Amino acid sequence: MFDRRDLLKGAGFTALAATLNSSKALALDTVTLPFANGERPLVKYPQKRPMIGLTSRPPQLETPFAIFNDGPITPNNAFFVRYHLSDLPYNLDPDKFTLEVKGKVDKPLKLSLKDIRKMKATEIVAVNQCSGNSRGFFEPRVAGGQLANGAMGCARWRGVPLKAVLDMAGVQAGAKQVTFGGMDGPVSDKTPDFVKALDLDHASDGEVMLAYGMNGEDLPFLNGFPLRLIVPGYYGTYWVKHLNEITVVDNVYDGFWMKSAYRIPDTPNNSVEPGTAPKATIPINRFTIRSFITSVPDGAKLKAGRTTLRGIAFDGGKGIKQVEISTDGGKTWTSAKLGKELGKYSFREWMLPVKLASGQVELKVRATGNGGETQPDTPRWNPAGYLRNVVETVRVTVA
Amino acid sequence: MQRTVFLAITLALATGLTAVTAAPVNYKLPDEVAAFKAGPNLEVVQGNCSACHSADYIKTQPPMKDKKGFWQAEVTKMIKVYGAPIDDADVGKIVDYLAATY
Repeated sequence: MFDRRDLLKGAGFTALAATLNSSKALALDTVTLPFANGERPLVKYPQKRPMIGLTSRPPQLETPFAIFNDGPITPNNAFFVRYHLSDLPYNLDPDKFTLEVKGKVDKPLKLSLKDIRKMKATEIVAVNQCSGNSRGFFEPRVAGGQLANGAMGCARWRGVPLKAVLDMAGVQAGAKQVTFGGMDGPVSDKTPDFVKALDLDHASDGEVMLAYGMNGEDLPFLNGFPLRLIVPGYYGTYWVKHLNEITVVDNVYDGFWMKSAYRIPDTPNNSVEPGTAPKATIPINRFTIRSFITSVPDGAKLKAGRTTLRGIAFDGGKGIKQVEISTDGGKTWTSAKLGKELGKYSFREWMLPVKLASGQVELKVRATGNGGETQPDTPRWNPAGYLRNVVETVRVTVA
Repeated sequence: MQRTVFLAITLALATGLTAVTAAPVNYKLPDEVAAFKAGPNLEVVQGNCSACHSADYIKTQPPMKDKKGFWQAEVTKMIKVYGAPIDDADVGKIVDYLAATY
């Protein structure tokens, strides 16, 4: 009943649906995300299809949600874009690109892209999700990038394990963390440059990766060309783009983007009473578990009778054990059939044939991970608007 | 829309695949169209805020009950955290503009 192409054509955009009869050009102009002050331009960037424009300098682009119904892999030209600082390496020369590995190592390295591509390659399918994905749905609202659910994506990343590069350099005894810097930077030298850190154990787990390939192509420029860090199961803030500087340090790195920004409450569920501040915080880390219905947009009108619902689920790396669907607002739940597993860090597709009776219907979706964690019925709250994973509800009219 | 998407994909294929052996990237952003709304002290806001980010950073913030408190906190963050070189005399003007306009 739900033709994927029909959904792609417009059902995912409320504004698009509303303005389709005016003109095609106008229809592509704006999208209204479902929260106050949610109007956004639909913008076209090189290497990208029309995307939801959040900001233009630095560029921040959100994926139109309908794209997630096309399969578990998000196309490169639809993958979300998030930057913090406006000085991007727009003119970088891949032939002159150098990755520097330094600090507490026996043999500091300067590797060209060719050097890295000559090493034994590995691949992993993994979700990247912005820490602030879905921030626009927080209530009370909080400052920051006001995103709906499209600051996430899943790709097949190709590159080399960070461990292989660290082993080549020879990490010295006493090392504690590894820091990562990219070629993008601030406009003012007073603004802290974007540098992230991982504990040495994590950095050398063999899964954290330096990627040059994405879904069989080079990384798009706005997704970190020519090299980015892949931290499976961890929020995108760690996935440093245009990565050119790796430093092994013997302390816990205390730069702004670790010590002050991207912190979550050090409380159970990392949440606090809405509108309050936490007493203590820790760096954001693994994804909370989430699931979405992708085949039906909120507000859709459906025919009564049989239809098949579909969608995606993912978590921080334990993998998805179960996805349940409710077609009666959460009173009863039925297990969906899970799609092929592409790895424990991937989007996992699900589908479920259901029979819908006439009326106003609340469709809900809830995932459970292999570790037993699941999604809450009411949203958890933190002041930065991170970690959202409430059970999602899609309201439809069935007739 | 379908034709637009097709065009987008063609463009992506044409520009995205040859990068490693090719010349510098020379990535071209579309023109910046977001602009600040008209309001008191607009020129002070343009002069201070535009150096580091586009106007849509402000425009897309959520509607808050305590507008003045919200924007005061944002301007303070820009100065203290991100090192924005804003004169003390301009801080109040910027906060007033933001609270009155957004």
